[in-house]
This record gives sequence, C-alpha cells and structure tokens, in this order.
Amino acid sequence: MLLENESGALSRVAGLFSARGYNIESLTVAPTEDETLSRLTLVTSGSEDVIEQITKQLNKLVDVYKLTDLTGGPYIEREMLLIKVNAGGTMRDEVKRLVDIFRGRIIDVTDKTYVIELTGTGSKLEAFIDAVRGAGIIEVVRSGVSGIARGDKGMQI
Amino acid sequence: MELTGADIFVRCLKDEGVEYIFGYPGGAALHIYDALYRQEDVKHILVRHEQGAAHAADGYARSTGKPGVVLVTSGPGITNAVTGIATAYMDSIPMVIISGQVPTHLIGDDAFQEVDAVGITRPCVKHNFLVQDVADLAITIKKAFHIATTGRPGPVLVDLPKDVTAQKTEYAYPKTVSMRSYHPTAKGHPGQIKKAVDLMLAAKRPMFYTGGGIIIDNASQPLTELVRLLGYPCTNTLMGLGAFPANDPLFVGMLGMHGTYEANMAMHDSDVLVAIGARFDDRVTGDVSKFCPHAQIIHVDIDPAQIAKNVPVDVPIVGSAKAVMEEMLKLIRAAKQKPDPAALDAWWKQINTWRGQNCLEYDRDAKLIKPQYVIETLHRLTNGDAYVTSDVGQHQMWAAQYYPFNEPRRWINSGGLGTMGFGLPAAMGVKLAHPDATVCCVTGEASIQMCIQELSTCKQYNLPIKIVNLNNRYMGMVRQWQEFFYESRYSHSYMDALPDFVKLAEAYGHVGMKIEKPGDVEGALKEALQMKDRLVFMDFITDQTENVYPMIAAGKAHNEMHLKPCKAVVPTDRELA
Ligand SMILES: Cc1ncc(C[n+]2csc(CCOP(=O)(O)OP(=O)(O)O)c2C)c(N)n1
Repeated sequence: MLLENESGALSRVAGLFSARGYNIESLTVAPTEDETLSRLTLVTSGSEDVIEQITKQLNKLVDVYKLTDLTGGPYIEREMLLIKVNAGGTMRDEVKRLVDIFRGRIIDVTDKTYVIELTGTGSKLEAFIDAVRGAGIIEVVRSGVSGIARGDKGMQI
Repeated sequence: MELTGADIFVRCLKDEGVEYIFGYPGGAALHIYDALYRQEDVKHILVRHEQGAAHAADGYARSTGKPGVVLVTSGPGITNAVTGIATAYMDSIPMVIISGQVPTHLIGDDAFQEVDAVGITRPCVKHNFLVQDVADLAITIKKAFHIATTGRPGPVLVDLPKDVTAQKTEYAYPKTVSMRSYHPTAKGHPGQIKKAVDLMLAAKRPMFYTGGGIIIDNASQPLTELVRLLGYPCTNTLMGLGAFPANDPLFVGMLGMHGTYEANMAMHDSDVLVAIGARFDDRVTGDVSKFCPHAQIIHVDIDPAQIAKNVPVDVPIVGSAKAVMEEMLKLIRAAKQKPDPAALDAWWKQINTWRGQNCLEYDRDAKLIKPQYVIETLHRLTNGDAYVTSDVGQHQMWAAQYYPFNEPRRWINSGGLGTMGFGLPAAMGVKLAHPDATVCCVTGEASIQMCIQELSTCKQYNLPIKIVNLNNRYMGMVRQWQEFFYESRYSHSYMDALPDFVKLAEAYGHVGMKIEKPGDVEGALKEALQMKDRLVFMDFITDQTENVYPMIAAGKAHNEMHLKPCKAVVPTDRELA
C-alpha cells in the first residue's frame, strides 16, 4: 500500500481493521524515496470475500494512494529477525553452526550470548527460531513482512 | 491583507456559499465566535446542545442537498456532537464539522477541555483533519467541503486549535482542489451497464429496489423515467422514500422489516432485481441466505465497498446512480428487445393479489386514537406535501408507512444509526432551509425528550414546526420486541413520570395541545396547521396496545411476514398507576 505520509494515516488503517473485526498479522511501514508517501505492507488472512471487502474499505480511505494484493501474482516477501540466544558452554558452537546453515549473521557477542540477524520469509525465520530454541532464547524481535511484486511493474505515483 | 485564522475560517464559509452554521461556543472556539460577530454573511444558529447542532445541520443537508455546517468547542463540545456526526455518517449525509481545540502547544497535555477529537471521530467520519498551521487552513476547509460532498458523501471534521485561529496569514480561497489519493468514480462501466440492461429487458419478474443513494444523488427523475419506461414494480427502502412517487401505481411501498406485504413478496419471487443506491442492510434483507432466492441481482452504487458486501451480486456497477440510469435509459430506448408483455402482465396480476391483502389495514372504529390514523390525517391535511422528520421507534415506522411521499428530500429520518432525538433538531434545519414549507416532526414521548431543549432554539429563531407526538406511554418499539421475543416481560420500557407536554411547550413559549379522542384528531391538526407562525406541540394520547405491522422478525425471510395485527397484551396506564 502507498499511503499519504500524513499524521493519523496509519491509525486510520489500523482503526479500520479493529472496527470491522479483521485481524492484522503483521504490518510494516516506512517512508519511500518520495517522502510524502509511505509504503506499508500488511499481512492479513480471510476468505476471498473478506479480502475483497478489506481491499475495498482500505481503498476508500482518503489517505490510501494505491493498494495491491501481492498474493494475486508472483511476489517476494522478506522479514528480518533479531534474536538474542544463550551461547555459553557447549551450545556456543552449535548455535554458530545453525547461523551458518540459515545464512544469518552474528552481530553481537558476549561470553554468554549472541545477537543474530537473519532475513527471509516468515517461515524461514520460524524454522530458525525453532532450531535455536534448545539453546535458550532470551529475546526475539521480528520486523514484520515487507513485500514487493516480481517483474517489471512497480507501484509508483 | 493578512487575516487571522478565525477571520479566514469565516471567509472560507462565505466563499463556500454557506448560509447557516449550527453551533455552540466555548473557550477554544472564542476567536471564531468573535469573527462571526463581526460579519453578517454567515448566519449562526445557537442550539441548546451540540447534538442538536449536528442534527439540525443534518436536516438542513438532507432537505437541500447542500452540506450542513457545525461549529463546536473542544472537549465536551465535540463529544456532545458525536452522536449527530455518527448519525450523518451512517446515512451518507454531507456535513462539515469544525471543532475548536486547545492550543497546539497544549495538545497531549490533558489540558482543560482537551479531547482527541480526531481520534474520537475517526470511525464515524468520512475523513478528518487537525490544522496545525494557519497557512493550511483555507486549503483544509476547501478539502473538507470537497470530500464531504463528492463520491459517497459524509461528515468531515476539521479540528482547529485556538492558537491557529489567532495566527495571521494572507487569505486566498482555492477555487479547486485536487487530491491524488481521492478520486471517486462517477461513470459506470459501459460493458456492465449493457449487461444489466440486457438482463432487465429479458426479465419475467423484475423488481426495482432503490435506496437513499437515489436521493443523495438527486436521481429521482431518471429513476422515475426508467421505472415508467419499463413498467416494472418499484420498492424503496426507508431511506429512499420519496425517490419514486408513492402515488404511482408502479410503487409497491417500502420493503424490509416493516415493509408492505406486496413489496417483500415481490422481492422474494423476483427473477431480476435492480438495486440502485441501496445497501442490502439487515433490516431490508432479513435472512440473507433466503434473500431473493430466484433473482439475478444488478447492483449500482457509487461506493465499491457496498457492492457484494452482504449479498452476492451478478452485475456489479460502480458509479453514480444518476449517470448510470441515464446510460440505461439511452440503451433501453435504442434496444430492439422490449419487456415481455405476457410475463409482465402475469407478474402484475400476482403482485396485485398480494396488494389485495391490504397489509396496512387497521381498526378505524377504535375508541382510542390509532397512531396510524393520526399520520393518515396529517397526510391528507398537508396534501402529502409536508417535510416530515421523525425520531426512532414505532412512530417512525408508522410515518414511513402512512405518509406516502411523492418527492425526494421530504422524508427526513435517521435510518442507519436510528438516533432517538434526531427529529426535532433536524426539523429546525429543514425549516430554516424551507421557511415557507410545512415542517412536521413525528415523534414519540420517549424520543422527543432526548433533544427537547431545542424547543428553546425554535423560540429564539421563530421556527414554527408542528410536533406530532404519538404518546403511547411506552418506548413502543422496545415494548413490541419485548412482547414478541421476551414473553411480554416489559423491562424498563414504560415511560413513567412523563411531563405535561402542553405545559412544557407553553413554558418554552409555544402552543401545546393534548388530544385524547379519535374525533378530535382532525380538528386539532387543522388548527395547528393553520397557526403558520407558531410552533405547536400536539400530544396525541394513542392506543398503547398498537403494534407495527406487517413485520418480518429479524433473521426471517421476506416471505415469512407476520400480517395479522394480533393485539398486544400490555398493562395499561391504569393498571400501572
Ligand atoms: C439514542 C437511542 N437510545 C436507544 C434507542 C433504542 N430504541 C429504539 S426505539 C426506542 C423507543 C422509542 O420510544 P418512543 O420515542 O416513545 O417511540 P414509540 O416506539 O413509542 O413510537 C428505543 C429506546 C435508540 N434508537 N436511540
């Protein structure tokens, strides 16, 4: 979604979901190269009818410039995970190996812990979280999904 | 020359052609009130409660098609207005509300009379703005009017901090406004319109079902032409009454929960349903799984989100009712195919059999005043030409059933939100807009008490409204549901300790009348209608056992109506005394 970068625009989107009983699984938003517009990726679920209603209701918001359902065609989704795990004793090498397998990066180290950065689809991040669970998770930060369509076409003004 | 924000605001109203604003002052709005004091172009109507201001602006808008304008102060001023804003929102009424706000440097401090007006109103406005710089003021007001009046109309709020109304800047009112994220579509898709017309012409049991969208879009004329050209039956929703002339034999009455037998049965049996500017509300459809089981549905609406929201649609058309019907008329006139006369004849025979049920019959020889009789008599004495506002309850349904409207914008009621207290202030807005017309407010003794303070406003501005109070000493509609669905346990629906309405009206400087016998109804109405320059409060003591019929219980299908007026068994005043 391209959204006018106005105060209150985001709460209109969020408010619409709560008022109409739709759920937001994840939501990411940040300004684009044009600072008057924000790009927002929202993940939700529902039957075809529900998704159609959500799309129409969002399009009605005066602040929504453009909206597409990425799942209508080929698209790429990415999410970033920052995770702090126990990495003392025997687990230290094991966690390092898992990070390599998942192609993550260790970005902070103490005697007892690692902070790991990992990017991928939601399911890849979940698989990694499951894999390191045994070591002991201290903190999980997920960015929420960002998405973009494949191919030549872009969502622009 | 540089002007203050307050002066700019008032100039914007003038340049927008605003005639009346309805409001109530307070700290955060005082610069604006000062600016109003120093000019004469925009007339301010001082109400007695901010809810009244919003309803009055709403009545003005509904009866004229022009946007209603409301001015309130921050905090309790805007919260009091919210019910009126939500009422307008649910019925897609163009309205611009300006709320004073605490100065920008105090926003967020829990300052005196601070509320988050933008946050509180967000779910019940089409859009809202907070103006933080006087340089943005004129363009924001322009945008507010533009958004409120175009596409599917609705209320737009502009929250205006006090310091912004004191800042100065050069004034210029923008002639036009363009917003890259807001472009309502008006023209329907030609291919879809063609498809719809083919379907309409091939129909054997066609039905027009139209709603408030026709009235909002000033599309009564093309609708009337279209229905008459085809000779098909037409029903209107509660919000759409008057869009098609009720005295035309093609009109089968209102549909839905308290609609006519013929309208609901024809809906149920139709094979092609043409829905225009109507939104398949639950009070209209009943059980959606049994809704129009045989029909292919064409749905025309300016709001894409209304289409296929509640009921699947075969031919969706997004566009203005007027533009789409004008296209339909062209295609039908040019088409070789004509409606099948034999099928249509059989269809009308069937509809007339249903009509023969006389579903709106009631006991005309009763000893007590029948509410239906009061409305029928009002209709006769005003030649069906009055503006009628109503509140919410049984009286609203009786007004809709027994006062047939031949013209749009005459019937003014809160259909979507169902707001008790709407009728009297709405009538003030109507009367200001149409000073020479007869304006009646049909109400109940419970509803009228919700905004009764506006009797004082009516006195101040000399608004000679005729109030028809159908006084059954019950919240009648609540009592009716308790009778049907709660084994007659009348929990808190008896209106005890009622005021003496005659004395009350007199205390406010108006004329009061109490009417207790059927034989006095006509005389009282005549007398009241002749008092052209006085507000008359007519308190009709009606039969409190009367129920609204016909009725489809919530969640039932159109062909499952209750027809027979079975008598209500309710404790009477005497038994309760
Ligand atoms: C503000 C508000 N509160 C409550 C209701 C629920 N309600 C609907 S009809 C009704 C009773 C109305 O009674 P009255 O005005 O006497 O009209 P009657 O039904 O007796 O004609 C009530 C309480 C409402 N519609 N609006």
